[in-house]
Order: sequence, then structure tokens, then C-alpha cells
Amino acid sequence: MDEKNKEKNDLFESIWKSLASVKLAIFIIIALASLSIVGTIVEQQADPSKNIALLAKFFGDSSAPAVYNVFAKLGFMDMYGSWWFLSLLILFSINLLVCSIDRIPKTWKFIQRPLKPKSERAIKALPVKKEITIKTSLNVAKDEISNILNASKYRFFEATEDDSVQLYSQKGKYARLGAYFVHLSIIMIFIGAVIGIRFGFKGYLNLPEGRTSSLAYKSPTEPIPLGFSIKCNWYSTSYYEDGSTPLDFKSELVILENGKEVMKKVIEVNSPLKYKGITFFQSSYGMLRGVLDEFVVQDTPGSGRSNTLQPTFSKFPNLLGRFILKLKPDNGQMNTLTLRRGDAFEIPGTEIKGTIVGFSPTLDRERYTNALGTNSYYKEQLVNPAVAIEVESPGREKFIGWFLKDQTTVVIPEAVHEIEFVDFLGIEYTGLQVTKDPGVWLIYLACIVMSIALYISFFISHRKLWINISKDKNSVRILAGGSVNRSRLNFEKEIDKILLHVTKAIEGRSKK
Amino acid sequence: MSSANFFDISAGLYLTAMIIYVIFLVIKNRTVGIVATVLTITGLVSQTIALIIRWVHSYDFWTASHPASGVVESLLRAAPLRNLYESLIFFVWSLIVAHLVIEFKYKNRSLGAFVTPIAALALLFIDVSGTTKDIQPLIPALQSNWLLFHVFLAFIGYAAFGTSFAAAAAYIVVITESKNEKTYIFWSIITGIFLIVLIAMGIDFLSLTGAERARLVESHFLKATFRSSSGGIVVASWIASLALISLIWQFGLRLKNVFSALSLTSEMLDDITYKSIAVGFPLFTLGGLLMGAIWANSAWGKYWTWDPKETWSLITWFVYALYLHARFVGGWRGKRVAILAVVGFIAVIFTYLGVNLVLSGLHSYGG
Repeated sequence: MDEKNKEKNDLFESIWKSLASVKLAIFIIIALASLSIVGTIVEQQADPSKNIALLAKFFGDSSAPAVYNVFAKLGFMDMYGSWWFLSLLILFSINLLVCSIDRIPKTWKFIQRPLKPKSERAIKALPVKKEITIKTSLNVAKDEISNILNASKYRFFEATEDDSVQLYSQKGKYARLGAYFVHLSIIMIFIGAVIGIRFGFKGYLNLPEGRTSSLAYKSPTEPIPLGFSIKCNWYSTSYYEDGSTPLDFKSELVILENGKEVMKKVIEVNSPLKYKGITFFQSSYGMLRGVLDEFVVQDTPGSGRSNTLQPTFSKFPNLLGRFILKLKPDNGQMNTLTLRRGDAFEIPGTEIKGTIVGFSPTLDRERYTNALGTNSYYKEQLVNPAVAIEVESPGREKFIGWFLKDQTTVVIPEAVHEIEFVDFLGIEYTGLQVTKDPGVWLIYLACIVMSIALYISFFISHRKLWINISKDKNSVRILAGGSVNRSRLNFEKEIDKILLHVTKAIEGRSKK
Repeated sequence: MSSANFFDISAGLYLTAMIIYVIFLVIKNRTVGIVATVLTITGLVSQTIALIIRWVHSYDFWTASHPASGVVESLLRAAPLRNLYESLIFFVWSLIVAHLVIEFKYKNRSLGAFVTPIAALALLFIDVSGTTKDIQPLIPALQSNWLLFHVFLAFIGYAAFGTSFAAAAAYIVVITESKNEKTYIFWSIITGIFLIVLIAMGIDFLSLTGAERARLVESHFLKATFRSSSGGIVVASWIASLALISLIWQFGLRLKNVFSALSLTSEMLDDITYKSIAVGFPLFTLGGLLMGAIWANSAWGKYWTWDPKETWSLITWFVYALYLHARFVGGWRGKRVAILAVVGFIAVIFTYLGVNLVLSGLHSYGG
């Protein structure tokens, strides 16, 4: 029985030892790094033809598909999600954990070990040492050294003998734990990632302007209920002056709970909306022709032909498209505007105001009478849409005019202010990346822990310092020595500085 | 004068300083060394002025399209860290600062002959890669403070890795006794490749007139040599390269004597290698990896997607983690860790440029 237990223990110990070993760590790191290189060369989750073309360069055209199949079976085409890559990551975290657990008690013991005074000979054997002699008394020297040690944040102990005093101290001992916190933070990142994958999702939602959805999608056939509704009021892209570089992509989103608005935000790239753990990121946009048709197939305003066609939006309660207008003020610069129903504008440099008050998907003028009329044959194609604009100008009566597509209309003839209706564009949809990641706070926490731990382990060193002060006739001999776990040169400089300060302080005293 | 003039002046000064540092290494004349240092400092001043002018221009550019943006926000959005050109310039700036810090701290200027070629490599790359030097409008994804910190810290990290590479390469020369040692062959090949790329880019540069360079849109990288349309030139380039590597292998050992005459000891080089990595590793981890992940998460909701840039930065991180563990826990010393430091910087270059040149990914803005 005992024998068996012992065997078991031995086995456990040897497994533990190998899991904790640096050799394993080095092996895993090299394996992860080399496999990752493969993953950056073979395009992941890509169309097979791409990688077959790549393989053809090495294996020839004829055997490339076969080689591809072998690689694909092994998981190389989506390798970061393959069982062997994940196993390696798991092994990596086990190695981190086991090696930390294995070493922490030893490090802790080392840290907690009380510092003891050293003989002069032992101090002289330390990696860093310096000796000076000053004309002064033992007490004065001790006083001054105590002062400077306090000022340098060394909390010290004293050991007194007949003709000598020793002050000894250490600082930064807990910095030795820094590396373990780096390990901890890596494990936190793994846990955060697992939480995110297990309890979160990554989806998308293409939401047309004016529409509401209570679902997001992992794929077209995999809807995810959000638990609330989200509405897109509008989407807009604006451009820099060059006209082609996007300046920002914005959507106004509204969160609805039981039909009631609970939150409203204009999102941009880098500024998402977050509600109940689900985050909506601005990720793409596009035009929806299908939604446009819905408005168009409705009846058009008015019937028959008339010179005073009453404009209306009442037939298009959901009309969300945009009207592109060109304004040409008298001798001024051409101006292009994008407006929506109800929007008002002003011709630059004038006091003439316009408001979009009506829309027709199809409108033309009778050739002889010039009377306005709709042409029901083309309304679904939106070949000749028209917009009704109410124009106000000082000293004139308000009037409503129909502006037909691609026809310049002179608003006030004597001043030659022109408005041209360029086009009516359908509504856009905003492409949202929808994610829920309940593990992300742990990732952020890990980032903070890792940053602090890295700082501690690289920039704070564990310094041990012994200063022996002994009487030597009518002067004192100060012997300082120490050891440090890293950056010895800096520690040497610190000891030099301490001794220099002491010398100066003592000289200052004797002058008084 | 415009910022481009100041950049040109600084590039000229750095390239001259590089040549003088090499001369200093050979003739060991103190005055020559001082001249090299003075040229480098002057170059740095000129480059700093250029960066400030560019920053001011970008500021005006940004506020013109964002009138509502506050002063601090505009300053951050205008920081010259916004595309490949600006990042390369900032890399050179950080590398030169790191080099001068080492030169003054260790009171030894011989390492300049190893560091300035790295700067020259980056400067030549700017001119032959066809990357735009214009101040470009900032696209929405790049309008983020995280991005700014990400690039800023990562590039200081890269510069620190650059000096560690220079020191590690010099270290290998100093401790190598015989030409037949594997490390010496490794060193000859790496140094050879660096010199070949440097010379090849120099030829690329000289093969274009100033006007052609200004109009360059496509990469001209190695087009005059290895990627030439003429087969003869390609073959000649390879032959010349092999000849150069064997030349380095033949005479590289002489550097060892040069170094010992300049009191550049293996301890000091090892110390510089470690210290540079000790600065570079935390900065790269924080700036390159963590802040990059945070930025990606705030822009796209994904902190890690295994795209080639991310993966290569992780590979780089692994190499340096390996260096630290091998050195502190594994008890590796000397050549083996120095080789890791050299490999680490090769990974840095690949992360930074190789991924953009060879692989594709999210970082298509060229950072």
C-alpha cells in the first residue's frame, strides 16, 4: 500500500516537475511561435482556391489540391481554432500556472527571510562594495547615514558592537513577485477569452434607417435574440474635402424596451453603443434598394394633370430617402446638399429659404400644356422622381414648386438663383457589429495587471545593503556593500551617491 | 523651410554620421567620433523641428475639417504617427534618441556604427517604397486615442529592440574566437543580409531621379536589383550578395580586435542588449499588444482576431519572452541569448514591414 502510494507520488511529482519546467515553457513558446507563422502564411478561413494557388508554388499545380486536402484535414486552414492549437494554448496556461505555483513558495520564503548583519569580510565579498574613511565620530557618521538611508526609503536595522555599528536594509523585495503577476495576467486573459467564447457572441445586424430589430445574426440563418429592440434613426457618411476619404461614419441608434425609448446615441467607429452587455459597433453601411421599392409601389400623389399639384408626404409616411440638390446662387459657387423630408436650407449669400415638403416617385410635364402629371408606368423604377420645395424669399409670397430630376429651375428669375434636383437616393442601412463579451472586463483587468507587473519586474530591483561603520583611530571607516537582482550599475551608482552625501553632510557639520 | 526640407537634412546627416561612425570604428580617432556624434545630434534637432512643423500642419489640416474639435483632441489627432511614412520617421527618431542615450550613458560611441545603419535602412525604405509623404486625412478607424498610444509606445519599443539588436550583433563578434563557430556564420549571414538590403535600397534610391521618387506610387523596393525585370541583374545581385557575405565572413573577425581597442567589452554589450530589451519589452507589450487589442476592441468589438499583424507581434513577443526566460530562469548566457536578441529584431522588422509587404490584414493603413 505504502509502496503504491509512494509510486503514485513519484509519478505525480515527475509530472508536476515536467509541467513546471522552463524547458516545457521554451518548447511551448517555440511551438506556438512556429505554428503561428504557418497561420500567417496560409490565409485562415479563406477561399480554398487562394491557398491551393499558394501551395501550387511549392508542390506544383497537379499535387496542390491533394496537399491542400491533407492540410485542411489537419486543421491548418482554420488553425487558431483547431484542437491541437487550442490544446497547446491550454498546455501553455497549465505550464504557467504550475510553474508559478511551484516557484512562489520558494520566492516567498526568500522574500520573508529576515536580513542579518554581515561580517566585514562577507560585505567585501558582495558583488557591489565601496569603502571610505572620514574624520568624524562614530555617532555623527551613524546619524548622517541614518538620515540618508531614510531619505532613500531604506528602512534599516542596526547591529552594534564595541567599536562599530552596522546598518543594514533592503528594499524592493516584493518586486521579485512581479513576474508571477505577469503569468497571472496571461492566465486571466485566457480565462477572459474562454468566458467570452462560452457566454458571449459575435454577430452583425444590417439595420435600415427607420427600422427596428430585436435580433442580431451570427449568420443569415442563425438569429440571436437581443432581449430588447434597436432602431436606426439615420445613417450618414461624411467626407473630407477631397470628396473620397471618409471623415466619419455615424448612425443614430435608439434602444427600445416594450416600445419605449430608453437610450439614444449617435455611434461612430471607435465610439460604440453599449446596452445590457451588448455592444453595437459601426462597421459598414450600404444602400437598400428593396426598401426603396416599398415606398415607390404606393400610389403617387394626385392624379390627372394639373399646374398646381398639391405636394404631400402623407402617402409616404416612412419616406427616409435623401434628396440631392444643387444650389447655384447668383454668380456664386455651386453647392451640393443632401436633405431629407422636412429639411430646410438657404441659398448661400441670400435670404432665400427652402423646405422639402413633398415627393413624387414619378412626375413629368405635358409637352404642350406644361401641366404636371404622374406617369404610373415608371414609378417603380424611380426614373423621374420629383421633389416639392416651399420657397420663401423676402418681399415675395411663399410658393411651392415641383423640381423635376435633372432640370434646373430658376427660383427667382431676376436674380438667377438656381436650384437643381439631382437625384433621390433610397435609404441606407447601417452595418452594425453586435457583440456580447462578458469576459472583456477580465481582459482589461489583465492588461492593467500585466502593465503594473511588467513595470515592477523590470524597473524595480530587490536591493540589499549593508553599511558597516567602524572606528579607526580618530576617524571612521565606512564600508558599504550590497547585492541586487538586476541593474547592478544603477545600484552601484546609488551606493556611490549615498556615500557622497554622507561625506558632504559630515564635512558640512565640521564647518559649523 | 518646410518639414520635408528638415527631414531631408536630418536623413542626410544621419547617413553621413553612419559613414563617419564606421570610419571611427576603423581609425579610432577621437575627433572623428565626436564629429559623428555632433552630426547625429544635429540630425536629431533637424528631425525634431521637422516633426513639430508636420504636427502643426496636421493640426491645421485636422481643425479645417473638424472645426468643433478641441485643442487637446486636435493635437492628439494630428500627432505625426498616422501612416507608414510618419511611423518610420518616428521609429528613426526614437532609435537615434535611444542610441544617443546609450552613447552618453556608457560613454562609448562605437555602437553608432551598428545603430545608424538601422536608421539608414528605414530612411531609404521611405524613399523607395513609394509610401505617401503627404499629410492624409485621418479615416474614422484611426480617430482614436488608443491608436495613438498604441503606435507611440510600440515604436519606442521597436527602437529599443533596434539598439538591443545592434548590441547583440556586436556582442557575437566580440566573443567569437573562430570563423568555424556556428554563431559566427550566423552573424556573417545576418550582417550580410542587412548590408545587402541596405546597399540594394541605396541602389534603388540612386536609380531614380528626384522627380521620379516624388511621383512614386508603387513600391520600388529592390526593383533595381533582386526584383529587376532584367534576369542578368537579378543573377548578378545574387552573386554579389554571396560574395559580400563571404567577404564579411572572411574579414568580420577583424572587428573583434577593433572592438577590444575601443574598450567595448562583452559585458557592456550584454548589458546594453539586456537593458534595451528591459525597456523595449514592457513598452512593446503595453503599447504594441495590449493597447492594440484595446483599440481593436473599441473600434470593432474584437480584441484579438489572429490577423497576420497581430500574430506576428505575438511571435515577436514570444521571442523576447524566450530571451528573458532563457536568461533569467533557464540559465542561458552569452551567444545563445544574443542570437535570440538578433532573431527578436528580425521578427520586429517582419511584424512592422514584412507583414505589410508580404501578407495582408487589418493593418492595411500601413502602421
